Amino acid sequence: MKLGIDIEKRLGNFSLSMRAEVSGERIGIFGASGSGKSSLVHMIAGLTAPDSGELYLDGTCLFSSRQRINIAPEKRRIAIVFQQAMLFPHISVKANLLYGYRRLLPENRKISPEAIIEVLNLQDLLDRGVNNLSGGEKQRVALGRAVLANPRLLVMDEPLSALDDSLRYQIIPYLKSVSEEFRIPYLFISHSLSEMQLMADQVLVMNNGNLTCISTPDDVARAGMARSPRGYLNLLRLDSAMYRDGLFHYPWGDGSLIISDGKPDSESLFELSSRDIILFKQHPEAISARNLLECTVAEMFDSDGRKGIVLRSGGSTLVAEIVHSAAVDLGISPGSTMFAAIKASAFRRLG
Amino acid sequence: MNLSPQDITAIALSMKIAVSATLLSLPFGFATAWVMVFRNFRGKVLLEVLVNLPLTLPPVVIGYFLLLFFGRNGWGGALLRAAGIEFIFTWKAAVVASATVGFPLLVRSIRLGMESIDRQFLQASRSLGATWYDTLASVILPLSFRGIIAGSSLMFARSLGEFGATIIVAGNIPGVTQTIPLAIYDYASSPTGTSMALSLCAVSVSLSVGILLLHEVIGKKLEIRRNT
Repeated sequence: MKLGIDIEKRLGNFSLSMRAEVSGERIGIFGASGSGKSSLVHMIAGLTAPDSGELYLDGTCLFSSRQRINIAPEKRRIAIVFQQAMLFPHISVKANLLYGYRRLLPENRKISPEAIIEVLNLQDLLDRGVNNLSGGEKQRVALGRAVLANPRLLVMDEPLSALDDSLRYQIIPYLKSVSEEFRIPYLFISHSLSEMQLMADQVLVMNNGNLTCISTPDDVARAGMARSPRGYLNLLRLDSAMYRDGLFHYPWGDGSLIISDGKPDSESLFELSSRDIILFKQHPEAISARNLLECTVAEMFDSDGRKGIVLRSGGSTLVAEIVHSAAVDLGISPGSTMFAAIKASAFRRLG
Repeated sequence: MNLSPQDITAIALSMKIAVSATLLSLPFGFATAWVMVFRNFRGKVLLEVLVNLPLTLPPVVIGYFLLLFFGRNGWGGALLRAAGIEFIFTWKAAVVASATVGFPLLVRSIRLGMESIDRQFLQASRSLGATWYDTLASVILPLSFRGIIAGSSLMFARSLGEFGATIIVAGNIPGVTQTIPLAIYDYASSPTGTSMALSLCAVSVSLSVGILLLHEVIGKKLEIRRNT
């Protein structure tokens, strides 16, 4: 998918002005609330018109003030998943799912309802009333409805923000599998960097109606490490835990991670702040932290006076954060060996 | 209860006029409400004032304007005459009088219903491939159904009670244009009509109460359906 954006829009005393060209299948739009993310995707989807400029999707002109083109939203075939599921309350779950599908020309019906019902695990929901679904179930139906419209582009406008933490990370695999399985490129809009890291390959970073940069989610997270209240968040997908003495032992790198809040027999996603890792130059004899990992320093980066240390063990990496003077005292440089101490309780299980 | 055959005719005529006025106004009321809620254009305020005017204007004034417009020298009158339609002092004139007076109530209720629809439903519908008129029929219409029912019943009740505009354009001809309020007016002005007037008043009260009850029941039902 290739998206060309060159637009200007005034909305009251907020103005959006943006010029960008991106291509990829999993593109994120990241920014604080009020930065213009939603306005931008509304214009891409044709729900509002820019004041001037041009919009291209895969070589098709969606909007051009110069050529007086403004394709109607129903002809753009860009489906949106909103923050609230927005299921039509007056029709059944099934009719909601088929709303877009029924309006498609037969030759555009490539994804079948049966396939979606299977992938999103919707079978049991079909006969329930729309208002008898939980938040996560509603969002799954909304996702199915959007995908069944067989769109050229799927726009997910903060689809997880209205869900609580545990649900949020249950939905993410669905979001990803749907777009991969059915090969639909997407724009993922969020103000959460963790969600970006899980969902996008590339991000457009927006601030105050302007494009700050186009980058990878990881680079954005590294650059924001010092300013973010919880530092850089390492996201670890871990599996096959062994349960011993009240703690979970997950294989990781050349050794294992010991985590207090694990879950047996299934893959789990953990979050670990860069600030919860303590580095030692030599092996400390005895410490209370349950994890003491021997790692190699793969890379170092700066973030507003703090140092980010990328630690590698086996094929896996972790980012630790230390102040500049600590980096000097320890004499850390790429290639040196470090011992990282992490408390078993520092890992937060997301889902 | 003391109802003469003439009273029965008046009751039937009242119902016929109120039903016709409501049905006639519905499509216009829906369209007007839609324009006022979902479209932006110059002179919207003017339309708003115009639609709500019958709410504050004395019905007699409305009746008089209708008489001028549809009368011998008015545009409407000329058009109807060309089409060979007898209008003034017929039940049709009573329908138009009722429709004009009740219209703002209808529009108001439908508007309230439409304003409570989350705009994102419409955006979702459009992005899923529905044209604006498809969205109108498949989302806006069903989601403003409650407002339509509420507006229709209010308008129906208002039409049953229409007096001022009706007496001017349709007159008070027993068996032809005499509705319940006009018949009560006749009884009230004769010295022996008290019990007859009271009987018709009772009919009027029970019809109004009945409609308002129905209005509440349907409202509750729709609410329950929406919550399950």
